[in-house]
Amino acid sequence: MKISQTDVEKVARLSRLSLAPEDLETMRGQMDAVLGYVDKLNELDTEGIEPMAHAVPMANAFREDEVKPSIGVERALQNAPASGDECFTVPKVIE
Amino acid sequence: MALNEFTITQLRGQLERGETTSVALTQACLARIEATDERLNVFITVCAEEALAAAAVADQQLAAGSGGLLTGIPIAVKDIFNTIDVRTTCASKILDNYISPYDATTITKLREQGAVIVGKLNMDEFAMGSSNENSAAGAVRNPWNVEHVPGGSSGGSAAAVAAGQVVATLGTDTGGSVRQPASHCGVVGLKPTYGRVSRYGVVAFASSLDQVGPVAGNVEDCALLLGAVAGYDPADSTSVDCPVPDYLENLRAGVAGKKIGLPKEYFIDGLDGDVQKSVDAAIKVYKELGAEIVEVSLPHTEYAVACYYLLATAEASSNLARYDGVRFGKRQDDGNGLVNMYEQSRTAGFGAEVKRRIMLGTYALSSGYYDAYYIKAQKVRTLIRQDFLTVFEQVDMLLTPVAPTPAFKIGTMVDDPLKMYLSDIFTIPTNLAGTCAMSLPCGFSEEGLPIGLQLVGKPFAEAEMLQAAYAFEQATEWHKRVPEL
Repeated sequence: MKISQTDVEKVARLSRLSLAPEDLETMRGQMDAVLGYVDKLNELDTEGIEPMAHAVPMANAFREDEVKPSIGVERALQNAPASGDECFTVPKVIE
Repeated sequence: MALNEFTITQLRGQLERGETTSVALTQACLARIEATDERLNVFITVCAEEALAAAAVADQQLAAGSGGLLTGIPIAVKDIFNTIDVRTTCASKILDNYISPYDATTITKLREQGAVIVGKLNMDEFAMGSSNENSAAGAVRNPWNVEHVPGGSSGGSAAAVAAGQVVATLGTDTGGSVRQPASHCGVVGLKPTYGRVSRYGVVAFASSLDQVGPVAGNVEDCALLLGAVAGYDPADSTSVDCPVPDYLENLRAGVAGKKIGLPKEYFIDGLDGDVQKSVDAAIKVYKELGAEIVEVSLPHTEYAVACYYLLATAEASSNLARYDGVRFGKRQDDGNGLVNMYEQSRTAGFGAEVKRRIMLGTYALSSGYYDAYYIKAQKVRTLIRQDFLTVFEQVDMLLTPVAPTPAFKIGTMVDDPLKMYLSDIFTIPTNLAGTCAMSLPCGFSEEGLPIGLQLVGKPFAEAEMLQAAYAFEQATEWHKRVPEL
């Protein structure tokens, strides 16, 4: 077994997802099967191989720091679940 | 009229000569969607009003003798592309009410060329799936047999073309999501080289793998559409600043003298008999066309799926962190504080497969597992890319099946995610390597389901790959078959 129910609960918290108790074991089993499968990668000796983050070799993409028009407050807020005073509104953060 | 009888170039000619109008073509599309979509469930949003208005403008341009490559041609796009003032849902409940505040660069380019955007196509939620069953808008059905899946995640993009609802579409391909549904629906689909097409305004799934790709009824249309959307975009820092060739110019160059490699790891025992037969017949066609066929090896192929499902899920867990009920999307809040609001919004908004992938990715990136899973997979990715670069020193391109089987029946794989993941075995390696690849029709199963052939080209050698695809298409009749609906 690669992953326990406790691990799954911890990962769910990190992912900001809540799992119903009855779904916990299904998720554990499915993650376990995939994690068991990906263990296959350990058959390969990758000592000294550079990890690859990107498909095309590319350095940083720099540009001039020029002021340009942006999308604007109205457009930026048009999909906000809650907004006010030209800001996104969120539940109280500090008690 | 049936739109899938003509190429875009032919339709453009008819429009220019005044034999038809864009409004008439668009009305034909809308009528076809109306007549078939109850059975197929291809469209999430049909933009009838906007499309007819755009068609009227196109007709004015045509009458004035101006216009672009696509003026007046009805096109639809996967519901992952931002299209200004139209809903973009990604087939997710969490974006159910999301109205794009801007156009994706590819959409801007389509509009600049005069395309009429008819609507937004169904897909697997956030492009995660191989069957188009993971959609908040319901499963898409395969136009060749409605009991079967159309493939995924761009299932709607492939099915819309196959069903003659629109002339061509755009999809996205992260691990085969354009090519596999194109194969399952008997149409042509292309994944460009990573960096060839801008992703600005395309909802991100796995950013080191995602590419935008065209889907069309024939190779010429696919080439034309690629040319219309390709090119450097300062708004996408991963797009590559290299010139876009005219993909139509030498399309008829043929394959005589070209070296085509058959990677032996792709011709495995598990391959479906009908797929094997069709691909063997395609190899014979290429020999007759004067190509030299050689066996080659991509030794790390068997590690590609494992590598992909670590990297893609890790990137997805990071990309999808933005859906938190604050700036856009669904908010669910019972008043128990900010973190609870995040959790409730995400739990209510995401479907099962998306949650599973976020969980897997978060696990692979979490403290204590990062080196063992994520870094390990990145190293294996280097080996897989090296396989391709080595092979491309020996041959001009590769020929493989697209998928191990024709489209499976709806509902048969939903409970076994790992089995579903393994069905992407022939398409995933090219996303990891970042090179270009495409699917084109090469036969039918005994059950009457389409089978696709995959060509894999060198990085930025889309033109050469399209020439080989065109030569095959001209020598065969498969692309002319259309489903009865």
